[in-house]
Amino acid sequence: MGRYDFSGYRRENGRVGIRNHVVILPLDDLSNAASESVANNIKGTLALPHAYGRLQFGEDLDLFFRTLIGIGSNPNVAACVVIGIEPGWTGHIVDGIKKTGKPVAGFAIEESGDISTIAAASRKAHEFVQWASERQRERCAIEDLFVSTKCGESDTTSGLGSCPTVGNLIDKLDPLGVTTCFGETSEITGAEMVCASRAINKAVGDEFLRVFNAYQEVINRHKTSDLSDSQPTKGNIIGGLTTIEEKAFGNLAKIGRKTRYIDVLKPAETPAKGPGLYYMDTSSAAAECVTLQAAAGFVVHLFPTGQGNVIGNPIEPVIKLTANPKTARTMVEHMDLDVSGILRREMTLDKAGDLLIDLVIRTCNGRLTCAEVMGHREFVLTRLYQTA
Amino acid sequence: MPTDFIVHDKADTVGVAVVEDIQPNKELTGWIMETDETITLKALDVVPLGHKIALKNIRDGDTVLKYGHDVGRAVADIGRGRHVHVHNLKTKRW
Repeated sequence: MGRYDFSGYRRENGRVGIRNHVVILPLDDLSNAASESVANNIKGTLALPHAYGRLQFGEDLDLFFRTLIGIGSNPNVAACVVIGIEPGWTGHIVDGIKKTGKPVAGFAIEESGDISTIAAASRKAHEFVQWASERQRERCAIEDLFVSTKCGESDTTSGLGSCPTVGNLIDKLDPLGVTTCFGETSEITGAEMVCASRAINKAVGDEFLRVFNAYQEVINRHKTSDLSDSQPTKGNIIGGLTTIEEKAFGNLAKIGRKTRYIDVLKPAETPAKGPGLYYMDTSSAAAECVTLQAAAGFVVHLFPTGQGNVIGNPIEPVIKLTANPKTARTMVEHMDLDVSGILRREMTLDKAGDLLIDLVIRTCNGRLTCAEVMGHREFVLTRLYQTA
Repeated sequence: MPTDFIVHDKADTVGVAVVEDIQPNKELTGWIMETDETITLKALDVVPLGHKIALKNIRDGDTVLKYGHDVGRAVADIGRGRHVHVHNLKTKRW
């Protein structure tokens, strides 16, 4: 037994979840209504409506499929019902999730209509919920844990306290074989050479820079200003952050002082090189980034905030922490951990990191996060370009 | 001693206000995290919680350092003790 053992749900493929959701997953925008009806009929299910899934193509379609299959495959999901307008892509998602060995079933609306589809899907969801309710938690070692991080509504206190607290956790858990992930490609602007130097070797660092430069090209192609109305955000600026470079160095504090990332992942790509820290090419928008990390199989998320982002995710619990004393005071129902003592020099970074590890373990064991209690279920798919 | 502002790195030319009541002419105590040094500074502006204060006289066009790194370019002369933000500091990117 290890110091950081926790109780989790070991799934058919050996991966460990910390929640036990039965998800009703719409393939496309047209199937949201039926999916929400099923979730309304069958208690203990969770519908994940979204805006996409029609006429996507190429790399954007690959990302869409990878995201939906990844969400259904996440070990926090015990079983999954997929509903789509037509059987082809619906079956593709079902087949992808089926590879995990978990119960999954697909339903298509064409040729039967919403009402019959809802009835059939509800019966299957009923069966899945009762089955899932008998899954038992078991003792798991810390190396079974996949932890992602992304910060949001940052301010200067993020770089002083909450981001380095996550970094302290990663520096402590990385040697124990935990799998971790950071991203936010555009928000490393100004600190990209420092980030490249944190790769395990030159090849991985070069791959990071290739991904970084590709994202810069997108920004340069579409920008109409220096982005000072978007990045930093208006909230960042209220909190005292002035430039993207300043924001980037605070952001990068989340990966600690010594841990090196071992691979560069595409958006929503599952890590394949074993335990360690991974860089994922993601949007810097909070819900997009967390959704991509959840789709890659991460089961618990660490979210430092300054001004007070309220984000959650439907399947990956989001633990929020802040070092801003005003945010800790005024947004208490959203903040899982207050590390503002760092700014008053009453709390060391080492102590803050230990408090965060303790909170992660308690969350893994079943403690609900503020976002879960408040019903925050932001599920936002990343799109790369227009539909065909 | 209460800390009014924190400086990441010894080389930085700005610090971050970590209290909610910095007013002009207030004598401030700062902490440099990198070297664990205590420094003092007189505020010349209101500097809200989380906002930056100039640690030295910065000239128009100078690179501003925080975390020991380049975080942008001053677009006005900024006196020691003044508020540093979007009105006098801009990104060099994009």
